[in-house]
Amino acid sequence: MTYIAKPKLHHPTLACNAIGFRRRDYEGKISTLCAGCGHDSISAAIIQACWELDIEPHRVAKLSGIGCSSKTPDYFLGQSHGFNTVHGRMPSVLTGANLANRDLLYLGVSGDGDSASIGIGQFVHAIRRGVNMVYIVENNGVYGLTKGQFSATADQGSKSKKGVVNSDSPLDLVGLAMQLGATYVARGFSGDKKQLVPLIKGAITHKGAAFIDVISPCVAFNNHAGSTKSYEYVREHNEAVNRLDFIDVRAEITVDYAEGEIVDVTQHDGSIVRLRKLSADFNAHDRVKAMNYVHAAQAKGEVVTGLLYVDPDAHDLHEHFNTTEVPINRLGAQELNPGAETLAKINNSLR
Amino acid sequence: MNAQVETKPHPRIEATNDFVVKFANVNGSGSASANELFARAILRMGVPVSPRNIFPSNIQGLPTWYEVRISERGWLGRRGGVDLMVAMNPQTWDADLKEIEPGGYLFYDSTRPLPASKFRDDIHVIGMPLTAICNRTYADARQRQLFKNIMYLGALSILLDIDAREIKRLFAEQYKGKEKLLDSNVQALELGREYAAQHLDPIGLHVQRADNVGDKIFVDGNVAAALGCVYGGATVCAWYPITPSSSLAEAFQKYCMKYRVDPETGRNRFAIVQAEDEIASIGMCVGAGWNGARAFTTTAGPGISLMNEFIGLAYFAEIPVTIIDVQRGGPSTGMPTRTQQSDVLACAYASHGDTKHVLLLPEDPHECFEFSAQAFDLADRLQTPIFVLTDLDIGMNQRLTAPFAWNDARDYDRGKVMTAAELEAGKDFGRYKDVDGDGIPYRTYPGTHAERGAYFTRGTSRDPYARYSERGPDYVYNMERLLRKWDTAKSLVPQPILRGTGGEAHDGVIYYGSTSPSMSEAIELLGKQSLVLDTLRVRAFPFPDSVGEFIRQHERVFVVEQNRDGQLRTLLINEFGIDPARLVAILHYDGTPITARFIAGAIAAQMQPAKAKENAA
Repeated sequence: MTYIAKPKLHHPTLACNAIGFRRRDYEGKISTLCAGCGHDSISAAIIQACWELDIEPHRVAKLSGIGCSSKTPDYFLGQSHGFNTVHGRMPSVLTGANLANRDLLYLGVSGDGDSASIGIGQFVHAIRRGVNMVYIVENNGVYGLTKGQFSATADQGSKSKKGVVNSDSPLDLVGLAMQLGATYVARGFSGDKKQLVPLIKGAITHKGAAFIDVISPCVAFNNHAGSTKSYEYVREHNEAVNRLDFIDVRAEITVDYAEGEIVDVTQHDGSIVRLRKLSADFNAHDRVKAMNYVHAAQAKGEVVTGLLYVDPDAHDLHEHFNTTEVPINRLGAQELNPGAETLAKINNSLR
Repeated sequence: MNAQVETKPHPRIEATNDFVVKFANVNGSGSASANELFARAILRMGVPVSPRNIFPSNIQGLPTWYEVRISERGWLGRRGGVDLMVAMNPQTWDADLKEIEPGGYLFYDSTRPLPASKFRDDIHVIGMPLTAICNRTYADARQRQLFKNIMYLGALSILLDIDAREIKRLFAEQYKGKEKLLDSNVQALELGREYAAQHLDPIGLHVQRADNVGDKIFVDGNVAAALGCVYGGATVCAWYPITPSSSLAEAFQKYCMKYRVDPETGRNRFAIVQAEDEIASIGMCVGAGWNGARAFTTTAGPGISLMNEFIGLAYFAEIPVTIIDVQRGGPSTGMPTRTQQSDVLACAYASHGDTKHVLLLPEDPHECFEFSAQAFDLADRLQTPIFVLTDLDIGMNQRLTAPFAWNDARDYDRGKVMTAAELEAGKDFGRYKDVDGDGIPYRTYPGTHAERGAYFTRGTSRDPYARYSERGPDYVYNMERLLRKWDTAKSLVPQPILRGTGGEAHDGVIYYGSTSPSMSEAIELLGKQSLVLDTLRVRAFPFPDSVGEFIRQHERVFVVEQNRDGQLRTLLINEFGIDPARLVAILHYDGTPITARFIAGAIAAQMQPAKAKENAA
């Protein structure tokens, strides 16, 4: 958390997006995380994605739990309402907020301790419900704020900075998300912004529960030899199954791709997520096969990244609930109150 | 077949429109609807009744009771004692028999003869071979079981002079469009009536038409509260099933499906989530409240325990949320299907750190409706959690209550919400700044304005402009402001109801919630012994100053509650700094609803020695 605001000075030559905002308009307060923290790269990727998508910052609601990752919403989108909730419970607060106003973009930022340890129950159920959201876990395998204890995503056999070996088997959040019915599931690496920004853009334009697990090394407590969440380990074991290009509906498609390697996914809003296959036998449209692929790679110690599963025809919670198009927080007594005459009839039926 | 058991002659209880009938049944046997018909038919004859379900945490096979108090005077509390026991459950026979008042009546299924030792000689026994008649009449096993209930209803209508036309009218309403069911029920009723008319001796208990029901309605508190939520403008309900509150959320769903669907689009103007647990339930409500919707959850004690962390967040981050707690017997799983008022302290000071929460304490379904609707206005106005504390006795028993009322001119109070226009005009926005001196800051809904009004909501300490701060003065400013807000709340919550004797009484009584009907009756019982008291019914926490004044004006104040530790008494002592010796706890907490006899007895026992002293002097 910080109370240091960034000066609001723009260099006149800075580029504007289609709605007249500069990239800096999407920034927040100065980060107080450690220098080199993967989380700051993710914040930067979120800023980049929102700027490139021409999103009005105030139409975003950013929610988080507790922990290093959950502090980050203060460091991006300073014009958005933010909510730093309680540990592990961001998903329920986000669900409620989403029910109140379906028109905003809901961005949930959490960590592996927040989502996989204390908050695994809420993670599971928010995904099950198909809440229309972008849920990002900044995954470093440790509790940073309390100085380096293992979290539930730490791999079995991985070593802590103090030399303790983790004996518990890890929770795999992307595997879980796919099994639970998330309709957009991706894994990124904070050290690969080129891959991460389009993954976030695809998640933002997806209508439904979009989950991104971002491996985000903790430079202070989990970046040593023996860790499977260090920069070095992830770089060596990163198996990107595809490269994603986000194509705006309004933009002209200019890049040529070789035949057979390309899959275009048209999203709910008409935008296209273009997948360039890097692995011939990976299919992001087949949930069960994708799960198998990810698990098989994991067993070999590889970290599969890319867009792992997407269902472009997904339905969200509001569709399940058949709620009004008008956000329910805008309804007044006129729409909500059945009135005295109806009450008199109800009274009569109770006699 | 002679099923009558010979008993020695005893003076029998003679009473018209003033007695208690208790049905002892096995749950899952279909008795509930027959028993409810019994109560409703008497009500339709203009005679007030108050029925109470005493049921197990179980679906089939365990004992369940339905106790109906018939009172032309309109006493709606439990009286205590039973005048007529309809003993249909062999498992509980001995205990049921003991409950009958001397000179009272026992109605039982006499198909199998019982030894004389199974009866009491100071009661009057009415045997009817219900099983034999049913087995003779019906081939289907389920029918044999179900119509046994209707048959005893028929017999009771003869014995007690209940107008059979009223029962048939109720059948007709219940089985509208299902003529087959209607006919078979009427037939079973007639069979019971015929047998009783031919074989059973008249008894001393009678129902006589009266005109004492008036325009009152017959409804349970959970349904009433659900309707209050609909009228109060609740749009988001997140809940987790727990006895005795589940029927509240289900009733809300039912009413929403009826009254909250946009007639043009067929789309819902509500969202109801059955969450994965109580933590998620309250979390969703906090999220929805933060985002400008009116949200509530409904739960019982164990749910409150789970919700504590979020309640603290909502208090400190100042987010409107309504929590309806239908209290049951605690601690832990306690007595899930029995009533208590034992969550008072757990709710008043819920969560870690210095917290205090607004509690509304309805006495009956009418107030359940009122207070639930009002809770949303209070939550928005005060930007804090509002608890509506009912209990199983109010929540799950149909009660005769004043009709619900709504003034169409009444609009919702959405509290201090800064608009886009105000932000645009350059109005200073400090989320946690006390602008008006009432401790209540302004808030903005997310997405209001492109450049102004956004802030970061957090459970950590902050300055008046919502900037993270652990500076002592910032923290203290905020905590003091929350106390000013607490003071503001005192004038907004429902005020206590005082019933004074005009200076005659030295002693007072404070009570609240479901104790109310029994309390009113107890005051009359005490009056008959020349024991006079002023009474004050507390309807909310924070206590308005008038509560403290009432205590100061009396030498001694009895605090009547349905918990072991005198929780409201503790609150009174704590909030007013009162000498504990002046507040005498009158406690009833065995899980059954408190009775007038109990209250009057307990207070009389305390007052009589004092009275004796007075006389001596």
